[in-house]
Amino acid sequence: MSILVDKDTRLLVQGITGREGEFHTRQMLEYGTQVVAGVTPGKGGEWVASVPVFDTVHEAVTATGANTSIVYVPARFAPDAIYEAADAGIELVVCITEGIPVLDMLRVRAYLAAKGTRLIGPNCPGVITPGEAKVGIMPGHIHIPGPVGVVSRSGTLTYEVVHALTRAGLGQSTAVGIGGDPIIGSSFVDILALFEDDPLTDYVVLIGEIGGTDEERAAEFIAAEMSKPVVAFIAGRTAPPGKRMGHAGAIIEGGTGTAAEKIAAFEKVGVRVASRPDEIPELIRELS
Amino acid sequence: MRLHEYQSKRIFAEYGVPIPQGDVARSLEEVRQIATRLGKPVVIKAQVLVGGRGKAGGILLARDPAEAEAMAERILGMDIKGLTVSKVLVDEAADIAQEIYLGVVIDRAACRPVMMASSEGGVDIEEVARLTPERIVKVAVDPFLGLREYQARDLAFGIGLDRAYLRDFVRIAQGLYAAFLGSDATLAEINPLVVTAEGELLALDGKMIIDDNALFRHPDLAELRDLAEEDPYEQEARLFGLSYVRLDGEIGCMVNGAGLAMATMDLTKLYGGAPANFLDIGGGAKAEKVAAALRIILSDKNVKAVLFNIFGGITRCDEVARGILAALEEVKPQVPMVARLVGTNEEEGRALLAGAKLFTAETLAEAAQKAVALAQGRM
Repeated sequence: MSILVDKDTRLLVQGITGREGEFHTRQMLEYGTQVVAGVTPGKGGEWVASVPVFDTVHEAVTATGANTSIVYVPARFAPDAIYEAADAGIELVVCITEGIPVLDMLRVRAYLAAKGTRLIGPNCPGVITPGEAKVGIMPGHIHIPGPVGVVSRSGTLTYEVVHALTRAGLGQSTAVGIGGDPIIGSSFVDILALFEDDPLTDYVVLIGEIGGTDEERAAEFIAAEMSKPVVAFIAGRTAPPGKRMGHAGAIIEGGTGTAAEKIAAFEKVGVRVASRPDEIPELIRELS
Repeated sequence: MRLHEYQSKRIFAEYGVPIPQGDVARSLEEVRQIATRLGKPVVIKAQVLVGGRGKAGGILLARDPAEAEAMAERILGMDIKGLTVSKVLVDEAADIAQEIYLGVVIDRAACRPVMMASSEGGVDIEEVARLTPERIVKVAVDPFLGLREYQARDLAFGIGLDRAYLRDFVRIAQGLYAAFLGSDATLAEINPLVVTAEGELLALDGKMIIDDNALFRHPDLAELRDLAEEDPYEQEARLFGLSYVRLDGEIGCMVNGAGLAMATMDLTKLYGGAPANFLDIGGGAKAEKVAAALRIILSDKNVKAVLFNIFGGITRCDEVARGILAALEEVKPQVPMVARLVGTNEEEGRALLAGAKLFTAETLAEAAQKAVALAQGRM
C-alpha cells in the first residue's frame, strides 16, 4: 500500500511531446513508473520512447486503460487538459504546471468536485511512492521506501527534507507535493486523511509555508481525526507582509497567513514544529 | 499587479458602476484645467500604490480651481511611505450621507470568490474584520453561476441599507463582480461606496489587484503596470525570470525553489543574522542567470555575505557550480560567500568550487552559520 500512486498506476502524460513532458516521461520510465500513454492534440500516432501518443485523453484511456494523468501543458492550456482528463474518467490528475490563473482554478476545482476526480497541484513537484512509481519531476534517487508520509506545498524544500530523512535511514511511504498556488486541488487535510488510513504510513511530515490557512485547518484535523503522529516545518518566519515569496500562494495578506500563527496552531494541538529541516528526522526518532 | 485608484475606477465605470466625474493630472496646469472643467468643489487625491494616503496628507479638498492648484502643489512630489507622488486624481467632491464598504476577494479556504459588504465604509476593512467582524456580511459566489441578484440583496439587507437604494446597490454589486471577473482580479473593492445627500450611490474610491498569471489574456491591463512604483531591482529580476524581494538584513541569499529560499532566510535568522533578500533562481543554472541574480543581490549595499543554497534535483550540482564560477568571474564580488550544494552530482559540484574563493558547507545549518559568522566579521 501507499497513497495515490503505486506499481499498478497506469500513467498518461498530457503534453508528452513538449520539452518538459518528454524529458520527464523518460525519467519516470527509468524510475519504473508504468507510463502507458501520452496525449498531444494533433500528434496522435507518434511515439515518445516506448510510449504511444494519442490525440485525445478519451482515446488514450480506451486504448491503454490509463487511470492517472500528469499534466505538463503550459498554463494557458492546462485547465482544458484537466477538464479533458476528468471527462475521460481519469481518477487522479497531477498538474505540474505553474502560473495557471486563479479564477480558472476556482472553476476547475468546482468542476472536479462534481466529477469525483482528484487533483494534485497545480504548481507542484508531483507524487512519488519510492520503489513503486514516480509521477512528477522530483529526483527519484533521494527517496527510499519506509514508514514516513510526506506532504508539502513546496518543491526543493521537500527534496531537502526527504534527503534528510533518507540520510537518517527514515524511508518514505509516499511523498506528495500539493502545490504552491492559492487554489489547489488537494489540501493538507485531504492528504493527511489518506495517510491516516494507509497501513504503511506510521508518521507524517507536513511542510507548510506562509499564506492562507491550510496549515491551521490541518492542525484542527490532526487534533480531531488523526492517531498517527505528525511533525511539521513552516517556511517563511522571516517573510515580510504583503510580499509574494515566489509561490503565488505564499503571501501574508491582511495580517493572516504568518508563520507564527501556523506554528502556534500546530503547537497548540501538540504537533512538534522543527526549527530547521534537518531537525525533522530527530523529532521523528523521538516519537518512536 | 496592483492598480491605481483612477485605473480601478475607470474599469468599474466600464461595468456600469457610477463613479465621480474627474480625471488624472500630472501637473498643476492639468489640475487647474480639470477643476475648471468640473466647475465644482473637487478633491485632490495622490495616486500611489500604498495605503494610508489620507493620513499622510495625500487627499485634500478644494473649493475652486485656484485652491485645487494650491492643494495639488502640496501633494505632487510628496513622499508617501517611500513613494514619490507623480500624479493626482481630481474628482468632483461628493456630499456624503452614508459610507459603505463593498468588495470581492478570493476566499482560499472556501475556494470561492466572496463578496463582502459592511455598513462601516471608508475605514480600513481589515480593522473592521478584527474589531467588529459582525459588521461584515459575506456571500460566497459559485464560479459557474456568478453573483446572483438575491445574493446582492442579501448583502444590502445584511448591512441594513435603506430599501430605497436596493435596486442601485444590486446593480453596483453585479457590476463590481463583473469587473472582478472580466479583469481576472484577485481583489476588487469600493471603499467607500457612498450614498450622497442627493440619494445617489457613487464609488468614491476603488482598488483592484490583477492576477499576474492572467495578464497574458489582458494585454490592455498589462500596460497599466506603473513601473515607477516598483522596486527597480525586483523589475530587473523579473526580466531574468528570477523572483526577488528585498529585505533589510545583511545576508544575501541565492536559492533554487521558493520554499527552500524561505527556509534558508529563516535559518540565517535562527543563527543570529538576518536575510537581505528572498531570491529564487528557479530551475536550471545558466551562468548568465546566476550572474544576474548575484548582481541584483550585491546591488544592496547592506549585504555583507552571500549564501548560495542549491538542491540539485533535475538540475545537477556540477552545472550549478559552473554557473556560479562563471558568474563570479563576471561579477567579481567583494563580499565573502558560502556555497552549499547538495543532491545530484554534489561531489563534482563541490570539487569544482574548491578552487574558487568561497567557503563551502555540507548542510544548510552549517552554511547558514558560516554566512552569519562571515557577515559579522567573526570568520
